[in-house]
Amino acid sequence: MKNCQQTTRLLSDGQERKLSFKERAELKVHVIMCSGCRNFAQQMNLLREITRTYAKGLDDQEAGVQDDMSGNNDADDQHKE
Amino acid sequence: MSDKIAGELIEEDLTAVALLAPDFLKALRVQMLKFAVLQLSDEQLAEDAVQEALIGALKNAVSFNRRSALKTWVFAILKNKIADILRQRHRMIEASRLLREDEEGENFDMLFNDKGLWHLDERPVAWEQPMESVKNSHFWRVFETCLHGLPENQARIFMMREFLEFESQEICELQEITVSNLHVILYRARLRLRECLEHKWFQEDERA
Repeated sequence: MKNCQQTTRLLSDGQERKLSFKERAELKVHVIMCSGCRNFAQQMNLLREITRTYAKGLDDQEAGVQDDMSGNNDADDQHKE
Repeated sequence: MSDKIAGELIEEDLTAVALLAPDFLKALRVQMLKFAVLQLSDEQLAEDAVQEALIGALKNAVSFNRRSALKTWVFAILKNKIADILRQRHRMIEASRLLREDEEGENFDMLFNDKGLWHLDERPVAWEQPMESVKNSHFWRVFETCLHGLPENQARIFMMREFLEFESQEICELQEITVSNLHVILYRARLRLRECLEHKWFQEDERA
């Protein structure tokens, strides 16, 4: 059975390639029993999602100023004309 | 467009933007530069790429009535510039050396015990409302601290993959590494970055 180190490696690889049926089965078995690796699995997706918003996250507060138009960030990637 | 005319236009737009928010522009430039240096390992190339990206974006500055929109746009241009430079260069002189350095002396005994199971205090915990964090500027300072705490090639390759969104195959070609090298590097980067974010942000957050 896979340990946590091997499981986390598979979870990371899963972001890069399609895992085999056997690998996915091994993952499932481990993750059912291990909350740490279950969290890790979710966080692999989150890490990707978070990193993709990196440019947006370079926030105005760095310079101590707020957005002029509004305080919410939902429409960040809409370039208004 | 001749350089001279471009220069004048830039001058004007830079002034307009700088008048509105000189600190904003300064901070943005610093962050772009930090990122470009990480990707290109070359101050001069990085300076040029940032300069060009800013020029490109500021030409249209009037059309951005939100700073966050300008920022997203400026980084989109920078991403493309860096990708172009990397593709042209097609060879990271330092890559293989860095890779070896990276392979040596890195173990994860800190995280896992001798059976390969999580140490109790390193076992990942659930992150509360993670996507709320991205709206918090302090989170991004923590993120940058964690990112720059990684060995340089891990940070660079992680950002190539996850921020510049290169395909695995392309990273391997550009960095002249094998797919299995790439997977090892990404795994290590993710392990460290995850751990750092958890300790420096998500657990801090919980306690607050």
